[in-house]
Amino acid sequence: MADMIPFDLVSPERLLLSAEAGMVTLPGAAGYFGVLPGHAPVISTLKPGVIEVTGGSASGARYFVSAGFAEVTAERVTVLAEDAIAVNTVDAATLDRKIADAEEDILQAKGDAARTKAVAALETLKQLRAAL
Amino acid sequence: MPSLVTFRKRIASVKATRKITKANQMVAASKLRRAQEAAEAARPYAEKMGTVITGLASAAKANSGGPKLLAGTGKDDTHLVIVATADRGLCGGFNSNIVRLARQTIESLLREGKAVKILCVGRKGRDQLRRQYGAMILDTVDFMGIKRIGFADAAKIGARVLEMFEAGEFDVCTLVYSRFKSVISQVPTTQRLIPAPVEAAAEDNKGTVYDYEPDEAEILAELLPRNVSVQIFRALLENVAGEFGAKMSAMDSATRNAGEVIDRLTLEYNRTRQAMITKELIEIISGAEAL
Repeated sequence: MADMIPFDLVSPERLLLSAEAGMVTLPGAAGYFGVLPGHAPVISTLKPGVIEVTGGSASGARYFVSAGFAEVTAERVTVLAEDAIAVNTVDAATLDRKIADAEEDILQAKGDAARTKAVAALETLKQLRAAL
Repeated sequence: MPSLVTFRKRIASVKATRKITKANQMVAASKLRRAQEAAEAARPYAEKMGTVITGLASAAKANSGGPKLLAGTGKDDTHLVIVATADRGLCGGFNSNIVRLARQTIESLLREGKAVKILCVGRKGRDQLRRQYGAMILDTVDFMGIKRIGFADAAKIGARVLEMFEAGEFDVCTLVYSRFKSVISQVPTTQRLIPAPVEAAAEDNKGTVYDYEPDEAEILAELLPRNVSVQIFRALLENVAGEFGAKMSAMDSATRNAGEVIDRLTLEYNRTRQAMITKELIEIISGAEAL
């Protein structure tokens, strides 16, 4: 079908999703962008956010990625994500606890480098919480 | 002449050994399958990463030399050698082959007057290198107790290596591991991690002109550190697959060897028993004749 685009979501450990999609929304470094078939070739890094698949066999699938990059060509979308989690497998309560832990980490962090790291971790978690 | 009891005991003990090696072989076979699957599942990621970086790097190199991870520090004085082996033995020459290659690499670096630092991944490598190069070994990472090596484990090592690189503790990083060719053949290999090797980009790769977002240099700066972890992860997975492959064939030949020993002992046992019976008969007969 001409109005579908193959979409691969790959983590270092395995191929998470490989499906035909009508549109894929990606959390690019410069903001969310949607990819339809025939999109101009782009390589973009991703910031923490949600990948959303619309249309096709995996329609409605939502994956949270904390980092990675996407390669888009007119015929194919490939996302390499360091860790990707299907949003519907995340439990809000556990997440809230993790956020609380992360906030504590910031308070306890020694030195600037550790603090920056902890803040980044918290930001990632908050993005995920917002996605639920 | 050894008594029959000692024969029986030895046969029983070799049989017990054969059972153990047989069980070990079957465990290795099933683990091998899983390790192979993991290695195959990791391949697309590493390959994609490789092509994107190659594309970006050749462009960056043409311009300004690119970031340090790509261009190097401009020096070649201190080398970090990461030696990845298994944590357990009983896998034939697997560990020794990796260590031998590591030793050759280290020796040739030392001859050229470079300083060498060693990071051991896996206990067996440390055990074998400790005596000779004890002072150069910075640390050992092992995966005892971890059932499946995940990307997070590799990322930890990667982060450590990058930290040291940032601190200027070494200039060139080489990884020694065993490439998994097939179940019966693992090839010890060295791979340069830092600065990242860039093969000449294939011409047909240039078919698509990408937009980069943010710009190329920034993407490259983000991808290169990640690539270090990915390469380590891939090497570790290949190592695990190779370890079980080697273990399987080592245990297979041990099982076969035990079978041969049992056959030989049984033959000898029967012969001795027969000899004893014959001797007793002769004694009885000649005793009867003497009367």
